[in-house]
Amino acid sequence: MAFRNYILVCGGTACESSKASAIYDALVAECQAQGVSKDVQVVKTGCFGFCEQGPIVKILPEDSFYVRVKPEDAKELVSEHIVKGREVKRLLYDKDSSKKHAKVEDIKFYQKQFRIVLRNCGFIDPENIDEYIAREGYGALEKVLFEMTEDDVINELKIAGLRGRGGAGFPTWMKWNFSKQVESDDKFIVCNADEGDPGAYMDRSTLEGDPHSVLEAMTIAGHTIGANHGIIYIRAEYPLAIKRLEIAMKQARDYGLLGKNILGSGFDFDIEIRLGAGAFVCGEETALLASIEGHRGMPVPRPPFPAVRGLWSHPTVINNVETWANIPIIILKGGAWFERIGTPDSHGTKVFALTGKIRNSGLVEVPMGTTLREIIYDIGGGIANDKEFKAVQTGGPSGGVITKDYLDTPIDFGSLVKLGSMMGSGGMIVMDEDDCIVDVAKFYLNFTVDESCGKCAPCRVGGRSLSNILEKITKGDGTLDDLDKMAEIGNAMKKASLCALGQTAPNPILSTVKYFKDEYLAHIVEKKCPAGKCKSLITYSINVDKCIGCTACARKCPVQAISGERRAPHKIDPSLCIKCGVCLETCKFGAVEVH
Amino acid sequence: MAKMTLEELRKLRDKKKVEIKKRDVSDRDTHIIVGMGTCGIAAGGKVVLDTFLRELDSRHLDNVIVTQTGCMGLCYVEPTVEVISPGMPPVIYGKVDASVVKRIVDEHIVGKQMVSDHVFDRPSADIIKDGGK
Repeated sequence: MAFRNYILVCGGTACESSKASAIYDALVAECQAQGVSKDVQVVKTGCFGFCEQGPIVKILPEDSFYVRVKPEDAKELVSEHIVKGREVKRLLYDKDSSKKHAKVEDIKFYQKQFRIVLRNCGFIDPENIDEYIAREGYGALEKVLFEMTEDDVINELKIAGLRGRGGAGFPTWMKWNFSKQVESDDKFIVCNADEGDPGAYMDRSTLEGDPHSVLEAMTIAGHTIGANHGIIYIRAEYPLAIKRLEIAMKQARDYGLLGKNILGSGFDFDIEIRLGAGAFVCGEETALLASIEGHRGMPVPRPPFPAVRGLWSHPTVINNVETWANIPIIILKGGAWFERIGTPDSHGTKVFALTGKIRNSGLVEVPMGTTLREIIYDIGGGIANDKEFKAVQTGGPSGGVITKDYLDTPIDFGSLVKLGSMMGSGGMIVMDEDDCIVDVAKFYLNFTVDESCGKCAPCRVGGRSLSNILEKITKGDGTLDDLDKMAEIGNAMKKASLCALGQTAPNPILSTVKYFKDEYLAHIVEKKCPAGKCKSLITYSINVDKCIGCTACARKCPVQAISGERRAPHKIDPSLCIKCGVCLETCKFGAVEVH
Repeated sequence: MAKMTLEELRKLRDKKKVEIKKRDVSDRDTHIIVGMGTCGIAAGGKVVLDTFLRELDSRHLDNVIVTQTGCMGLCYVEPTVEVISPGMPPVIYGKVDASVVKRIVDEHIVGKQMVSDHVFDRPSADIIKDGGK
């Protein structure tokens, strides 16, 4: 059946939440109503990555990229674009372009990206196994089952130089090799989909957009190390990813790509899903395994590493979603192909969830070695609302900040650690001049303090002490020796904590103190918050020269702290003011000032 | 669908690959634009469009994009079709029907020979290509 047009509708969580499902239904209904349903295929795909502009609808073959589409636009899209062949200009991403069409290849957001992990996201229907198969899906599994030896597979991963994408960057081939070499009557394959960093959602999008790539990779690993069971540990807050995984697993079983005697090879492998309750620490591998076993999610000391002694004391290979998604393509195209992408230290690509004060927030996949500047300015389009760039936070609560001076650092595992941050799982949060760095450090620290499992003292006690000191500083009660005290506690936590959660929890503080000492000093010595965020350190006042007495602020003030006659300058009573900032947003004359 | 053998999986992949390839618009160098204004549709533009899709499909030509446009102004020779193909001057064919479609595919796109008896014009210059400056 030859279709005239293909309509691809983004079905990722972000677009679904802004009615992508309704858009899909409306497009199908309109195609029916306007008599073109036989000529057009409407496909719900995974995430396109350009979440800032969602919901996204792409129409082929014109390659028209429609953004911020609403269900009620469906009629016009079908009657104009499909029936009459005219693009709906008002919905195109690049409306002012002098070019005839706003094509995907012209959009800057996509120009520096290289999509390996997200190769099928936004292209195939993740709920249809045939579309995955059409994109060479399960071809790597074929190769592994019928053409390669187990050692060939490990060797290919070694040549590729693939390192774990979950944060630590451990060479994947080594992990597999450890498990393979251990004699055991049972072994396990685990997919870590307990994505917990604030602002990170690349694993969710991968599972939603291309679930079969993970299933295929886990089956390959099972065959390689001699395991017959796979478990996907995923947080219950990812209902769409879970649903798509379940559909994918059922389809794979129906086709005989999971289950007994896969493709007649004699190899058995099946996968089950375990739901996590959303504890951050369960992303740590030993805590994750404890949770699967039905215990409280708490880490245990390593070694022994799970690869040797893991789930129910059996050798267990745990890899993160993004690592898994790389594997089929490495097997298909060969390790040497993968090795050529990236930098000498880090091969392949990395997916980042670009969020914060950035113009184009979304999911981006770039070759290792791309600089932060390229990601933030070329792909991300720079800082939103024309504010000044301040810092970028990578690695989530375990990472640190990177300042303007280091924007040209090529991103790989080594370079970010050198700067006092880390790659982490791929969260990238951009901050502008309005963000207070002490407040940011406090946010991340309080996150890990809340999520600490409480098992070891350095993390439990150290985290709380650091949090208290930061609270003191933002209240204006900090002293200079607090900085030394924080460094001392932080370094102790790094050395003595049981797992990575505690070992990395001080990173946001240590790195912000290193790069933004001035701002800490302003809080401690001058008792001022330069960004105007820390409420105890700021006061709101009205500039009498600018105030025209319009009474707008007084009417909006929730605590009636503003008084004044009509057409006469107003005044804020500091004893009543709760520093909510509503007057500042309301005033059209710039008369409200923060000190 | 019952459990598959290796052979069946490969067969399924080859079949589905052809279908999904149509969705991939990169590396397509030939563009067929069918005039589908009221005049074009009335004269049989829809048949022309469908025939193009079918003919390209059966010949496995996956480097061609087929799109539609409004009236090209040559209402007296509708249906009209513009063909842009590498190494060939852009050309507008008129009085196209299903048999002419087959000739355009075979002679113009595959054989790189114009279907001379149906050439009616070349596309006029696009004055807003440079942003209307």
